[in-house]
Amino acid sequence: MGDYPSSSTNASAGGSGVTGRHARPAGTGVSPSSYDEPPIGGGGALPKKSRFSMEAGFRGLSTGAGAMVLVIIVAIAIFLISKAAPAISADTVNFLTYKQWFPNDTNPNFGIAALAFGTVLSSVIALLVAVPIALGIALFLSHYAPKRLANPLGFVIDLLAAVPSVVFGLWGRDVFMEPVRDFSVWLNKYFSWIPLFGGDGPFGRSILLGSLVLSIMVLPIVTSLSREVFQQTPGMNEEAALALGATKWEMIRTAVLPYGKPGVIAAVMLGLGRALGETIALALTLGTVFSISFNIIENGGNSIAANIANTFGEANATGRGALIASGLVLFAITLVVNMAARAIIYRRREFRDSAA
Amino acid sequence: MAKRIEASNVSSYYGSFKAIDSISMTVEPKTITALIGPSGCGKSTFLRSINRMHEVLPNARIEGRLTIDEQNIYDPDVDVTAVRRLIGMVFQRPNPFPTMSIYENVVAGLKLNGVKKKSLLDDAAEQSLKSANLWNEVKDRLNRPGAGLSGGQQQRLCIARTIAVEPQVVLMDEPCSALDPISTLAIEDLMFKLKDRFTIIIVTHNMQQAARVSDKTGFFSIDKTGDPGRLIEYDDTQKIFSNPTQKKTEDYITGRFG
Repeated sequence: MGDYPSSSTNASAGGSGVTGRHARPAGTGVSPSSYDEPPIGGGGALPKKSRFSMEAGFRGLSTGAGAMVLVIIVAIAIFLISKAAPAISADTVNFLTYKQWFPNDTNPNFGIAALAFGTVLSSVIALLVAVPIALGIALFLSHYAPKRLANPLGFVIDLLAAVPSVVFGLWGRDVFMEPVRDFSVWLNKYFSWIPLFGGDGPFGRSILLGSLVLSIMVLPIVTSLSREVFQQTPGMNEEAALALGATKWEMIRTAVLPYGKPGVIAAVMLGLGRALGETIALALTLGTVFSISFNIIENGGNSIAANIANTFGEANATGRGALIASGLVLFAITLVVNMAARAIIYRRREFRDSAA
Repeated sequence: MAKRIEASNVSSYYGSFKAIDSISMTVEPKTITALIGPSGCGKSTFLRSINRMHEVLPNARIEGRLTIDEQNIYDPDVDVTAVRRLIGMVFQRPNPFPTMSIYENVVAGLKLNGVKKKSLLDDAAEQSLKSANLWNEVKDRLNRPGAGLSGGQQQRLCIARTIAVEPQVVLMDEPCSALDPISTLAIEDLMFKLKDRFTIIIVTHNMQQAARVSDKTGFFSIDKTGDPGRLIEYDDTQKIFSNPTQKKTEDYITGRFG
């Protein structure tokens, strides 16, 4: 049963089929030098390796590029610390807990607390709004929309990322503020028992406006990165889920979302990085109030980057040092956020790496 | 636990390309049927048509009639997910979910079907892994990633995952083509064991394997590239490999073609 006919009858051993200038029976002891030219594998002695090769050149270049990253990071850290230290030592109050910002006084008093709070609050709200929408768009583009629609739509979303932030800021201040103010008044009327929506006004140039503008700005990056990882889900895992009797949404929950999770976390962190560092859009939309309040609809709010943009012009030497110190805090916040993201991804590393 | 599959004049298309032409065959319950033939002759397409996985691909459609115990699989009123639960499938390359543990992989299908009780899931996982001859190898590391197993173990894990939802029919699309001979033997042993409970249809390129495991064999072929695949001969495995009726079948199994 199932026997193959032996094919060895056709393969008479050695030589007879070989043609050309190598037409000598193998193994008769002819030295390679008696051929007209050496074969491609080289004849005679083993060739020496060249001392200066492209290989070494590229190795040097890429090592240099890698080292450059470290040099730049260290240089930035040294710059920030050396400029910030004199200002902080001149500060008459606790830099970390004080809320006001008067570094240009004869008795400089300034603190990062309100600014850092505003920065984190506006970014977190922006992500809470943007991430669910972005994931929805990404899933639609990768798994629901027909190709003819998905590609142009993806392009439009990438285009959104190309809009300069100052345009978003002006649009937010002059156009978007009206509906946000009306919405805030409505929220305040019916939900004022929630501290987030309390207060007596005026409403409008609030954390909510800044966060919504920010959420539009981080939407493209989260969307296109998530779409990319969703598209990379192995087709055979999607088929495995379908073959087990999963509906499309169940297939997405079983195969696509778990597979894309590390990528989505990375995308969200990149979005958070953009939101934390966003300057001009927040400088134009926030109310510039130095206070710590969870009320997100009353005029108010401020952020580190927006404060730098707003006050750098009239700052004296201590004032500039104070602003650089606030930049150092922003740098630290971003670093912590990034490390937290790494830790989340790292925890499930075993499951990701073993996926062939 | 096992049901009869009947195909009559089944033709499957990818867009305007006709991949298989008028396949008719009956697969009896609790048997192993092997589908053999050269590459591109539509064996896998036919297999995927049986549990409606064919239509997952864009523009794919079928004509003809496919039934499981007299019920039309392609009835517009039939829930496609129910069909796939009834007719499980094991794929060519082992495809455990990479983000899940061994345990989670086995019970994935049950969880999709709404089974939540831990004790039920635990029982099902143990039973399925035992049925798949994998329990002894993995019982101490059920929470380790499924993708960390060897290729043969992964394929048995996929079989365990498939049979955990208690299907009636198990389709296997070249389940051993990515495996070494020892793992292949393990899977073949497993098929004999599963035959008591399931109807099994297996696509294979390995003729010895078809001869070893199957009760019936169907030989598919194409005339030339671009033509649809046809079922040339379908008979008892014994007969196909010792005394085939068709010249083409004989040429193929003796290795003179394909």
